[in-house]
Amino acid sequence: MSRKITRKASGWILDGNHAAAQGVKLSRVQVIAAYPITPQSPVTETLSEFVEGGKLDAEYIAVESEHSALAVCTSASMVGARTFTATSAHGLAYMHEMLHWAAGARLPVVLACVNRAMGAPWNVLNDQQDSISQRDTGWIQIYARNNQEIIDSVIQAYKIAESVYVPVMVCYDGYVLSHTEMPVDVPSQENVDRFLPPYKPHTILDPANPKNYNLVTLANPRVNAEGVLCHGYMELRYLLQEALQNSRETIIRAGQEFGELFGRSYANMFWEDRLDDADIVIVAMGSLAMEAIVAADMLREAGHKVGVLGLRVFRPFPKADVLKALKKSRLVVVFDKNISYGLEGATCSEIKSALYGSPINAVIRNFIVGLGGRDVKARELVAAVNKSLSSLKEGGLTQEYPEWLCAI
Amino acid sequence: MGTRDCQHICSESSPAIGEAGTTGEWRDAFPVIDQEKCLPVRQNKPSCFLCWLYCPDAVISRTIPIRINMQYCKGCGICAQVCPACAITMVNEEEFCPSGTD
Repeated sequence: MSRKITRKASGWILDGNHAAAQGVKLSRVQVIAAYPITPQSPVTETLSEFVEGGKLDAEYIAVESEHSALAVCTSASMVGARTFTATSAHGLAYMHEMLHWAAGARLPVVLACVNRAMGAPWNVLNDQQDSISQRDTGWIQIYARNNQEIIDSVIQAYKIAESVYVPVMVCYDGYVLSHTEMPVDVPSQENVDRFLPPYKPHTILDPANPKNYNLVTLANPRVNAEGVLCHGYMELRYLLQEALQNSRETIIRAGQEFGELFGRSYANMFWEDRLDDADIVIVAMGSLAMEAIVAADMLREAGHKVGVLGLRVFRPFPKADVLKALKKSRLVVVFDKNISYGLEGATCSEIKSALYGSPINAVIRNFIVGLGGRDVKARELVAAVNKSLSSLKEGGLTQEYPEWLCAI
Repeated sequence: MGTRDCQHICSESSPAIGEAGTTGEWRDAFPVIDQEKCLPVRQNKPSCFLCWLYCPDAVISRTIPIRINMQYCKGCGICAQVCPACAITMVNEEEFCPSGTD
């Protein structure tokens, strides 16, 4: 395909929240509803300034809660508007019911989750417990490693969501990214318009053609008034699972097209760093995946063949891709900024599940790190990998429970 | 044939009689109308029609005499409650229909 590409470099210094807001503006979002919460607030403050200043032709709807914010977005999406909301931690938890609703109604809402720890006790700093706790709501989840990936992921999120009719959550670490400034290339409106066609809703509420949507749908399929056999509840759930299973192709294609237009390809489900010859692989998600690259540098200097698998898309989980990437590994060290209490970190469970039944016999070690904003240093990751290496001799492919990098 | 042929990706339907299923199957109490007490019948002209107005399933006709579509009447009893002339009585479905009949 031949396209005339205008690639005007536009280097800005932006924190993660402003990068997200710029992405929303460039995506020509039509309805925004959000409730302020630390550390998300600057996203919505910036967007409200855009709308107020006439820089973004959107309705900004002030609401009294996060539950209402997402209710507004689902309703607006249903009548054909491109919608956006953003939240963190308790706000996301408060949206829980509507998260299910948006996915079940197959509405392509895009939500920025600025990852923050959950109370009790109160904590406003970063970990990923909030979005991981929502993994089973039927949303696609994309994690950004830096501010460039935030703006790029928001723009791609609309393309993905509106292609597969599944809502997308773009997650990025609170403070570590949300309040940290770094150079960001802001795409031109012209190119974003080329990348992102207008939203075509699959259903639209229209008084001229009245329809019932998401009405009581009981267990079994049922013939409708027109004599057509329609889905029961379970068939609709199957279709949502099918949409997520099949969304990998759309995610990769969107990332590839993005790369063609903007010079930054996202044709992947995770970022690979030196996996080609690595027999030791560090797995991390979000900004931690950048820190892991520094740790890999240090371990390489010490003579170890270390690579990094930086998870970008957590749902749908790229089982087949992970399997391929870990082919040569003999040790996989998974760092989680979340914990599924009573078991282990969520990404560790997924990695183990991906390897089930495969010939890969790698030892898997899991470390819980960085909860509630606890700083995670590259040298701590290095120490954890070295500790895992020495435990290789003790045998046992996995340990029953994860280790914690904390002072207990 | 599976349900995929309906081509819906979320639950949807057109507003139509019976789009929520034959709700009459839910019924366990049957509305019995005493025509001698019903105000529109007694006066032989449109009058209260509160049963028509309040019926949540819109199965009562605004006619003289009123008619109830028993295929969709789910037996909630709201008509009996709102009738100003106490012309409607809810009768237990099993008593009303001898066993073995529907």
